[in-house]
Amino acid sequence: MEKMPAWADAVLVPLISLLLAAILSALVIIGIGEDPVAAVKLMVQGSLGSTYGWGYTLYYATNFMFTGLAVAVAFHARMFNIGGEGQAMLGGLGVAVVCLYMPWPHWSLALIFATLSSAVFGAAWAFLPAYLQAKRGSHIVITTIMFNFIAAALLNYLLVNVMRPKGSMDPATAKFPETTHLPTLHDILEPFGIAFSKAAPANVSLIVAIIACVAVYFLIWRTRLGYEIRAFGHSESGAKYAGISPVKITVVAMLISGGLAGMMAINNVMGEGERLIMNSTEGAGFIGIAVALMGRSHPFGVFLAAILFGFLYQGGAELALWTTIPRELIVVIQALVILFTGALDNMVRMPLEKLFLIFRKGDA
Amino acid sequence: MSVMNKILGGAAALAMTAGALAAEPAMIFDLGGKFDKSFNESAFSGAQRWAEETGGTFREIELQSEAQREQALRRFAEAGANPIVMTGFAFGNVLGEVAPDYPDTKFAIIDMVVDQPNVRSVVFNEHEGSYLVGMMAAMASKSNTVGFIGGMDIPLIRKFACGYAQGVKAANADATVVANMTGTTPAAWNDPVKGSELTKAQISQGADVVYAAAGGTGVGVLQTAADEGILSVGVDSNQNYLHPGKVLTSMMKRVDNAVYQAMTDGPEMETGFNVMGVANGGISFAMDDNNASLVTDAMRANAYEAALKIATGELMVHDYMSDDSCPALSF
Repeated sequence: MEKMPAWADAVLVPLISLLLAAILSALVIIGIGEDPVAAVKLMVQGSLGSTYGWGYTLYYATNFMFTGLAVAVAFHARMFNIGGEGQAMLGGLGVAVVCLYMPWPHWSLALIFATLSSAVFGAAWAFLPAYLQAKRGSHIVITTIMFNFIAAALLNYLLVNVMRPKGSMDPATAKFPETTHLPTLHDILEPFGIAFSKAAPANVSLIVAIIACVAVYFLIWRTRLGYEIRAFGHSESGAKYAGISPVKITVVAMLISGGLAGMMAINNVMGEGERLIMNSTEGAGFIGIAVALMGRSHPFGVFLAAILFGFLYQGGAELALWTTIPRELIVVIQALVILFTGALDNMVRMPLEKLFLIFRKGDA
Repeated sequence: MSVMNKILGGAAALAMTAGALAAEPAMIFDLGGKFDKSFNESAFSGAQRWAEETGGTFREIELQSEAQREQALRRFAEAGANPIVMTGFAFGNVLGEVAPDYPDTKFAIIDMVVDQPNVRSVVFNEHEGSYLVGMMAAMASKSNTVGFIGGMDIPLIRKFACGYAQGVKAANADATVVANMTGTTPAAWNDPVKGSELTKAQISQGADVVYAAAGGTGVGVLQTAADEGILSVGVDSNQNYLHPGKVLTSMMKRVDNAVYQAMTDGPEMETGFNVMGVANGGISFAMDDNNASLVTDAMRANAYEAALKIATGELMVHDYMSDDSCPALSF
């Protein structure tokens, strides 16, 4: 079978998809009577033109790295984890429990335990769908998406009835104590003489996310478990023949996936909000699917795709702030990128593969 | 198109030279969006009125995510917008942290108290207006049973319900008040279907006037009341026109006036605690052609008399939020 060269697969396909999305977005912007060139300038300037912009871009990117990795790990076992949203919500609960109900002398200790707790909560939320898939064949797509709703309802109940401070109208927990506040990039870079915007929410959990990217790489390509996950993903019957237990791999891969999604909470709940609110995940679990697809389930690809989506989010916010483009259309633009890079991947890939095939035949 | 281009080009230039522009007010709408037919829309119309009357312009943003709360505040403050007006209690926490960083910028927050020297906190005496419409509802009721449908079950909405129940009892001590809340989450602000179901349930319990204090959910309440042939009471803005001859009156919370006032005051806006009530026209009930045939002279006289007494301080309506309890209604 003929294949495209690796560089075309990893670079050319996403680039062409992006270009198509950009062209369509430009048409949308022209359609409502705005100037697409100025809009792009504003997006780039606002998200990459200052340390402030970078701070927000990287904050969003950190969320997407965690959820993107979560989806990627499940993909390697050929499972479609749509439950990142719910797992991240539960991760937030894990962070809130650690930060609110335990005294911490220093943020670093709090971060370690909050990370563990969020991963455990997220993994626990993925366990039941994984078990049902492995033992009963209940499709993981259906169960994880249903678990998103259960997670929202559970969080809702806890925030309204249990964790809300008395007299407060917001369905949210109290503010976490001072010692659990994570240092932002401003605090981290200051000793090195680098002036980073104080207002931006990007924080130390970005480093945790990057460590997670490296760890997932080693897990998938350098460990026995990773090999088993990939083998299972490529052929279940083959894996079974080789003595790999499908039940074990399904459950373990989903636990890792849920744990990674849950860890997102150290960024948005502990780092940014410093309290748990109702919709703190804001769709990052779903964006993770697009990030993993675009990153071809490779941690480095996920890292890059997460930054691209961070840019789209922050750029979109800047558009909302400084232009009259309504927020619904900004969502349309973001959705177009997701559609082209995620769902319509094959639309670009297949013609491109044929093209390469023709060229190769010409050579021969 | 060329006008739009100019605006956009101007906006791009502005983003790059942030801080170098003349003071221009800014308006931040909460997640509900500025066309919610209720609270945010009222704020928007106030800002619009200011723009039309003065020929000025204002910056605005409809939030998309929680992270943007602080972002929008800081960005507008850094760009020199002054004053910055925002709607909703959810800003309370963030504003408390951001305001001290920009001592030269004035902020106005509606429905929440933030104790900072450069913040104007505007709160409304919703219980007073609810009291007045409660009196009218009790007098309009033939079954001696009136209903209340709240949005999200928060102390603020209980304050509406409590004032309403007190008004009902004042006009007719034997009347029964049936009170329901739509839900416990922000989704309860925008669930007209559930609003409709609750209205039907209240009708089956005998209610023939219902008061909706539920944001977008209220649209369903008013619709069902009109369909079932009972009266309803609107909230926040004048909703009499939605079903002419079917809406008894509307409890008007003049968020638009508060926004208009803040923008008119400009950078020299006085800060501090600002209570909008019956006395200063911040709270009233709606009278127009749509409900003229429904409101009898006796109702009107009674309501105006009570309004006068509230304004002069002769009549004190109990505020649920002052002690988390209500003498006229149990939740």
